[in-house]
Parts: sequence; C-alpha cells; structure tokens
Amino acid sequence: MSNAIHLHYDVSGEDFTRAGEASGLVKKTLKKLGYNTDAIRRVAIAMYEAEINMVIHAEGGYCDVDIYPDRVEILLADHGPGIPDVDKAMQEGYSTAPDNVRTLGFGAGMGLPNIKKYTDDMRIETTLGVGTNVYLTVVVKA
Amino acid sequence: MTVKELAERLELKILVEGDLGREVTGCYIGDLLSWVMGRAPEDSAWLTVMGNINSIAVATLADVSCIVLVENAALDENARQKAEMHEVNILLTQENSYHLAVKLHELLQ
Repeated sequence: MSNAIHLHYDVSGEDFTRAGEASGLVKKTLKKLGYNTDAIRRVAIAMYEAEINMVIHAEGGYCDVDIYPDRVEILLADHGPGIPDVDKAMQEGYSTAPDNVRTLGFGAGMGLPNIKKYTDDMRIETTLGVGTNVYLTVVVKA
Repeated sequence: MTVKELAERLELKILVEGDLGREVTGCYIGDLLSWVMGRAPEDSAWLTVMGNINSIAVATLADVSCIVLVENAALDENARQKAEMHEVNILLTQENSYHLAVKLHELLQ
C-alpha cells in the first residue's frame, strides 16, 4: 500500500543498552502522527518485548514497521537459533533465557505472551538454525 | 498532584529531574520489567528496586510519571544518563515499597 509510512530499524545484539531504541522511536512517530494512546502503548510494548527477545536469544536483527491509518504492522526478523517449540515459548512463565538476563529484570517467560496480549494478530515463522520472523498487527481503534 | 509535590510531601530525593510537573494519578509496584511494562498504568509512580538501564526504557514505554527507587536501591550510571536523555523523573527513598505506597495512597485520596 502506498499510503503507509515505512520505518526500518536495526536491533543491535551487543547488549541491552540499546534495546528499546526502535520501539521508543516508533512510539514518538506515532505520537507525532496523532495516534491514540492505547494503540501507541500496545505497539511500543510489543516491539520492546520483541527487541529484548532478539537481544537475548538472537544477537539482534531488524524490524520493519508499516504505519497505516487503521493499523500498524510490524515485522521483527532475526538470524538466531530459531524457536524449537513455539507453543511452549508462548506459555507464560516458560523461559530459556540465561540467568544474567534475569538479574536485569527479564527472562520471566513473559515476552511472547505479552506480545500476543498487546497485539491483534501475531504470527511466528521460525526455522531452527536459520532464524525467526515475528509478524504483528495492532489495530488502531478510532 | 505533580511529581515535584510528591517528592516534597514524601521527602523523596530527586536523582534525575525530567518533567517534575507531570501529574501522578496512581502507584504501581514491581521489579519484573515485562510484568511492569504490561501492567503499570500511565501517569503512575512506579516503585521498584530496579535501577538499571532497562527500567528507563520500561518507564518511557509504559509512560509512568516517575520511577521511585525504594530502599535506597542503586541507580546505574548508564541508567542515569539515559533517564536524563529521555527526561524520566527518578526519585529515591529509604522506605520500602509498602510503606511508601501507603503514604502515597493517603496523599492521592
């Protein structure tokens, strides 16, 4: 669609200090465009969780964001190890994150469940040893 | 009540001054960042012991009006810098979350 605003961000896999930059910038953009606070919050939270996932599990990746008047579509792609059992990963409390991540307040197995909770559509394509694509849609209610 | 008034009334030390004029309409307590991010209401005072850089991102994304580090929890230097950059108010108290929340509740009545 030609009327979408397209944004692209690389997510650094080096450390946590830059995680949240992409979601923060998208949040700012949506605010400027006048989207409602509920939609902005849901997009920002879902994206941040996904960014954190990429940092913890996949050494970074990228996200593409398409902003339409009625919805925001987000693709988060990485070349990490893939998710062996998606159903398990979607369970609240299930986590494979290392201990050092837990001391930072993450790794509680809330990431993917949170993303699902805050989006209207979520699709995961994952191949072991190749990577993971997560497609998200947040519908903007007027 | 503004963050500034909150700090004065509860004798909180201001570690990072963002927008002290922001309204505080409630309170949320939690240290698990994913949990907090999904549940802390906008414009609430977030009481936590997590003073790391991710806390600043969570505060920004959840749009809380301030972070209150309880029990003199430490604020990491890179977290301080990020908070200054994003104008996130950070306050400090020696009280624990429960005691501070009780006082905050009385103030917000």
